[in-house]
Amino acid sequence: MNSEYIRNFCIIAHIDHGKSTLADRILEKTRTVAERDMEQQILDNMDLERERGITIKARAVRLNYQANDGQTYIFNLIDTPGHVDFNYEVSRSLAACEGAILIIDASQGIEAQTLANTYLAIEHDLEVVPVVNKIDLPSAQPEKVCQEVEDIIGIPAMDAPRISAKLGTNVEEVLEKIVSDIPAPKADPNAPLKALIFDSYYDSYKGVIIYVRVKDGTVRTGDMIHLMATGADFTVTETGYMTTDQLVNTGELSAGEVGYIAASIKSIGDTQVGDTVTLKEYPCEEALPGYRKVNPMVFSGIYPADGAKYGDLRDALEKLQLNDAALSFEPETSIALGFGFRCGFLGLLHMEIIQERLEREYHLDLVTTAPSVIYKVTLTDGTVQYIDNPTNYPDPSVLALAEEPIVKADILVPSEYVGNVMDLCQDRRGIFKDMQYLDDTRVTLKYELPLNEIVYDFFDALKSRTKGYASFDYEFMGYAPSKLVKLDILLNGEMVDALSFIIHTDKAYGRARKIAEKLKENIPRQLFEVPIQAAVGGKIIARETVKAMRKDVLAKCYGGDITRKKKLLEKQKEGKKRMRQLGTVEVPQEAFMSVLKLDE
Amino acid sequence: MIGIYIHIPFCARKCPYCDFFSVPYQKNTVQAYVNAVIRNLKAYANQISDPVDTIYFGGGTPSLLSAEQIHAMLTTCREYFNLSHPEITLEINPARNQETYLHDLYLAGINRLSIGIQSFSDSQLQLLGRTHTVKENCKIIHAAVNAGFENISCDLILALPEQTEMLLSETLEILIHQPITHVSAYLLQIEEHTPFAENPAILEHLPDDDTVADRYLQTVQKLESAGIYQYEISSFAKPGYESRHNLKYWTCADYLGIGTGAHSCLQNRRFYIANHIDLFCQEAMQKEITISEQACDPSEKIMLALRTVKGIPPEMLSRKAQIKADLLTERQYMRLTAEGNLALTPKGFMISNAIIAMLID
Repeated sequence: MNSEYIRNFCIIAHIDHGKSTLADRILEKTRTVAERDMEQQILDNMDLERERGITIKARAVRLNYQANDGQTYIFNLIDTPGHVDFNYEVSRSLAACEGAILIIDASQGIEAQTLANTYLAIEHDLEVVPVVNKIDLPSAQPEKVCQEVEDIIGIPAMDAPRISAKLGTNVEEVLEKIVSDIPAPKADPNAPLKALIFDSYYDSYKGVIIYVRVKDGTVRTGDMIHLMATGADFTVTETGYMTTDQLVNTGELSAGEVGYIAASIKSIGDTQVGDTVTLKEYPCEEALPGYRKVNPMVFSGIYPADGAKYGDLRDALEKLQLNDAALSFEPETSIALGFGFRCGFLGLLHMEIIQERLEREYHLDLVTTAPSVIYKVTLTDGTVQYIDNPTNYPDPSVLALAEEPIVKADILVPSEYVGNVMDLCQDRRGIFKDMQYLDDTRVTLKYELPLNEIVYDFFDALKSRTKGYASFDYEFMGYAPSKLVKLDILLNGEMVDALSFIIHTDKAYGRARKIAEKLKENIPRQLFEVPIQAAVGGKIIARETVKAMRKDVLAKCYGGDITRKKKLLEKQKEGKKRMRQLGTVEVPQEAFMSVLKLDE
Repeated sequence: MIGIYIHIPFCARKCPYCDFFSVPYQKNTVQAYVNAVIRNLKAYANQISDPVDTIYFGGGTPSLLSAEQIHAMLTTCREYFNLSHPEITLEINPARNQETYLHDLYLAGINRLSIGIQSFSDSQLQLLGRTHTVKENCKIIHAAVNAGFENISCDLILALPEQTEMLLSETLEILIHQPITHVSAYLLQIEEHTPFAENPAILEHLPDDDTVADRYLQTVQKLESAGIYQYEISSFAKPGYESRHNLKYWTCADYLGIGTGAHSCLQNRRFYIANHIDLFCQEAMQKEITISEQACDPSEKIMLALRTVKGIPPEMLSRKAQIKADLLTERQYMRLTAEGNLALTPKGFMISNAIIAMLID
């Protein structure tokens, strides 16, 4: 394989700017997929991805392109997710490429993730090829957008292809740009093997399949490979490249190529994404720079609504984790909710996606606790603890210092909404850092925000205050000391562990009141009055009461017809099954969920 | 002892809150229907040897029938069944010029009247779409007494829109000064597909649960103060005038229902008759549709008996349920009766569905 004719690239964009649609068109134009087999957004093969219009997992595919210069090129297209939660997956994809196609929506212009992803690409020394998409829209302003790219990002864009991925307009220009602008990989097929793992998934027949970008050397079936970070050794059983729907076993993969390796690897834990693959007998001297290990930032307890489904939930999480190394989980017990798992996610979207997949693909009915971040606490004896479950928050008497995670947030917003967004950030304890006009109408705001202020509903609040025009991106910055307290909820005088959370002192009172109100709305009247109390360190700061039930009767039982009464009783029994019994109080699942949406 | 229920599914007009099956009065149909009832009485007489101690004409509006028609049915009962000091009830709606009719009913053998009074407030009667007035309500009660009736029951509807404490208090005040022996007080329930269910003026003014409970308790108290004691969720009587027929429903006693939509419970078998007048009139014997062959099992007995102030012996409950009952007693939803039974209090009756569900699961 002559690496001169290989082009490894990915597509980066803000969400909804048309990344997957362009990928589809490229597959079509390179006849990788016959038009009649074309299903929209082939690279997104999870139902959820197609429905939400987002790509969750990166995928890679090999295409052949007959260029205008008469040569046939091999394109390795690596699809990337666009959402902020999946940044680490973006950076994985980038490390496997020499170039990136940057799509910008001709009517929306540059958005927060356009910038974030572009900067990531530039950090990885990729050649960025701007493409203006959606020129078929009446509101398209391709010239203005190109100017914006030059002004804001600072890369030449005047000759950027103006395309409509949806209609297929000018997609050939993009293909030619890939050939002309993106460099061929610099690779030495005879050097010791050095290949980067950028993705992996579990196949029940072949074991773990790792996706690699071979930087130097060659790997063949039968070779003994060595994974440098984990130290594990395996014998290659199969190697080759990926098409949209299958693995093509070529028995060999060499420098510059993108492909897969199967080596009867049983555990996904042995194959760290970012690790370097080399040969056991002919190893390279040093590993490729891997990427930062992804750490979950948001944690939440996930419980089966029906306690008997605990085993099913564990199986489902295990299966999901095989293909989503970013998901972490460990068993936990709640007095209120029984047996469940504390799960760690990259961010809120990641959490929602996992929950939705559990419910949809595994048909599980779930109760989820409020998302929490990881707090860093130093005890009076000097011990440092990281707390991801509010239940484990130490007693204030032994607490010397509490710190919370802070993120750097970039918010892009039309100038007329700047006031609204600043109010919101202020309210969320944000520290204003910078404000810049991108052009006459758009502003980028930089804030430092506590992560726990954005895990609840920041994104929704931002959208509703800007008519949906704001875009948002954040990255973890570090820990900062904070005045934190643990807020407990008591029902009928008993603490409900699943409803506890950690919050900034100044916010505790308002949040306590809102939660108490929500619970009152969602807990049906019972035989006895149920006091709902919110407490900080034993002090009650908010109280509501679910009044005792006064009326639940079928007064009329006519002419000896008792069937209605019986039906009613049966219905009542059914209803009980959906309730959690907490001491003497029956709490419906909805009540647990209601406290997650406080700003409605 | 067995009770006989005879259902008369005819109404002059439909009340906007009622979802029971009924058809407009039509002379020929009514006579055919009465004939069919008589035919069925004779047919069942062969199967039933127990003495009959209650007969109940319910509806619909049984008072649309002539005294002769009632007389004919009762004569059949006398000839074909072994009657034992029967309580014979007829449901009647107030109307004009009923003096002679009441007199004839008394002569025919009716000894208990259940009058659809509903309210002693003209505005509330109007809201209910009733065609009688407060004046006519009072008139029929006195006419009944004059005709010889001693045992008179009045129906009341509670939980009506605009039924303030004051308004209900007026109705109760008038009621307790009438020469009556029994009250049935029902809570207005909005049933699907009735005019009330589609009437925003009604729906938007329905009282909330707390108000309904308050009105109910107000009624219980007022009636008891006048010596009319509660003996079932919605039944009240002067001592000795409890409806023997209705009590059969709550004590799992046998009753035979004749006519469209009528329910029966005979020897632990529950069945009912379809709401099909032509079919009932034509067939030699009404067609029984079985609901259950194992009626009156323990949980059904508990469910029914807990509707009465007599309640149940505690040992009918499971151990777990007894502990729950203790808690309910502590909170005054239940009480121990003089006989050592567990019974609901008025406050408990108002949430009896929840309590019963709790005690029999």
